[in-house]
Amino acid sequence: MAEHDNKTTAADLLHGDYTYGTVTDKISAVVLSGRTPRSWYVGFAIAFALVMLLLWAVTYLFVRGVGIWGIDIPVAWGFAIVNFVWWIGIGHAGTLISAILLLLRQEWRTSINRFAEAMTLFAVACAGMFPLLHLGRPEYFYYLIPYPATTGVWPQFRSPLMWDFFAVSTYATVSVLFWYVGLIPDMATLRDRATGRFAQITYGILSMGWRGSARHWLRYQRAYLILAGLATPLVVSVHSIVSLDFAVSIVPGWHSTIFPPYFVAGAIYSGFAMVLTIAIPLRKVYSLQDLVTIRHLDNMAKVMLASGMVVAYGYIMETFIAWYSGNIFEQYMMYNRMFGPYGWCYWLLIACNIAIPQLLWFRAMRRSVPALFILALVINVGMWLERFVIVVVSLHRDHLPSSWGMYYPTVWDWATLLGSLGLFAALLFVFIRLLPMISIFEMRELVEEKQEQAP
Amino acid sequence: MNTSDNNELYGLLAEFPGPEPLVQATAQVYAAGYRRLDAYAPMPVEGLAEAMNFRRTSMPLIVLIGGIIGGLSGYLLQYWVAVIEYPVNVGGRPLHSWPAFIPITFETTILLGTFAGVFGMLALNGLPRPHHPLFGVAQFKRASRDGFFLCVETSDRKFSLDQTRDLLTAAGAIEVIDVPR
Repeated sequence: MAEHDNKTTAADLLHGDYTYGTVTDKISAVVLSGRTPRSWYVGFAIAFALVMLLLWAVTYLFVRGVGIWGIDIPVAWGFAIVNFVWWIGIGHAGTLISAILLLLRQEWRTSINRFAEAMTLFAVACAGMFPLLHLGRPEYFYYLIPYPATTGVWPQFRSPLMWDFFAVSTYATVSVLFWYVGLIPDMATLRDRATGRFAQITYGILSMGWRGSARHWLRYQRAYLILAGLATPLVVSVHSIVSLDFAVSIVPGWHSTIFPPYFVAGAIYSGFAMVLTIAIPLRKVYSLQDLVTIRHLDNMAKVMLASGMVVAYGYIMETFIAWYSGNIFEQYMMYNRMFGPYGWCYWLLIACNIAIPQLLWFRAMRRSVPALFILALVINVGMWLERFVIVVVSLHRDHLPSSWGMYYPTVWDWATLLGSLGLFAALLFVFIRLLPMISIFEMRELVEEKQEQAP
Repeated sequence: MNTSDNNELYGLLAEFPGPEPLVQATAQVYAAGYRRLDAYAPMPVEGLAEAMNFRRTSMPLIVLIGGIIGGLSGYLLQYWVAVIEYPVNVGGRPLHSWPAFIPITFETTILLGTFAGVFGMLALNGLPRPHHPLFGVAQFKRASRDGFFLCVETSDRKFSLDQTRDLLTAAGAIEVIDVPR
């Protein structure tokens, strides 16, 4: 079974007889040839319709206020926070692939890092929207920024919500810069290959006049490596800080020291599921099977399995500590989570995140593209349910039975969630059309390596 | 050595068939005493900058300084707000509650370090630079696809149109092109 499982060679990661020229042409043609597949138009139309739904839902929210959602006391954090945590978690896989796998010299990241980073940006954009919508008075969000206001009031830096603001805005900024730096040499390629005047000028400006000087490349590589080194602790810190929004409070089910690592593992898990959800249709539609090979899918499935096992450990520990602590509120929280009114959510989440993904142990499953796609969707749903269980189910029955209540999402909750999916997809479609979805210069490096390794 | 000819030229651009020939030729031209030269490749090539004796960059130092400034300013901002400008007494707890300031200090360290890395890299590389004499050469478009080039500039003290051309040809160039200013 494991005959060629041990060492990944460049030939595993790049099929076909590509040269520097043809691999460049193949990737840049998606952007420059102007022949856009029909499925792009269909997909973009659907995504765009959902963006309109989002705008409608958000406009109505601004007119009427957060009362249109299902939130109330005790469940004051509803879908907005669930969606925030879910989206920001999805973003983490992009940074993991581009930064951590770079530091670990995992070459298979090369053909997936660009669109995984784009996915990060768009997921963070979707995530960042939700706390603002949740504010109720979104026009005052700038109160979070420490600036010398005439009111003389300053933000409270001891609050996890302030940490969160700094973490997410830093994460968004660093991700944009990291992504852009990676794009500069490819912009130069597009500039030199574009035939239209407009495209030449646009890509020319974006490439900043990159000309591939050896001195520039050396500084570029050093800078890129250092940025990867900075992004690695950053990505770990972001979801840790998001988890502190919960863990610093005293709500049973939130007040837990396992939260930071458990959130980070969950973020990687859901992020890889989303990368697969995007990569599988993309390689099919644009015939990129030579560049994004079965080997890539297999490796991503393995990362997913490993992070999924860490998540499973988190669930087991939460349950164990609830019992072992002897704290009646913790014990009741866990009992209610499993057998209370939202019990079905918990069991569905266990099925989606723990039980079904065990199929990934089988090599045949990891290498079957349709099976992997379905599994990725299942995990996406499971991770959303996990956040729902953490946020809503913990809140709806806390210390005081007299203040217990139920949360029922309204049509506006669903419209905002669906709309954010549409926004994410629409941004991805635009990205695929306008920018190279695979790092071209890194593929040329892979070609060189393949030629060197060839006997 | 500067003749009127050289004043109209930026340099001589030689194309080589691949990354390894380019590294060898660059080392050869550097060994011949030329200093104002640069190699151009569509991807980072191992040993190419080293062949021109260009090994050290100040990138790590720049990022370190950026990170230190970021960390210090993040921490001092919080200290100043929480202790001096806007003290909030919560049940007599210390105003200088440093553990609570660590997350934001960490984030501003990363943020300023990244800014220093990105903008420092661009500044050292002299980018953005929309135009460059090399862009006037039609063949140079391939430097971002599959072309491997070495350019010796006329400003080099050793530059001589004929001798430099011969040296580049002897080093294995497929073609040597005049680069107008």
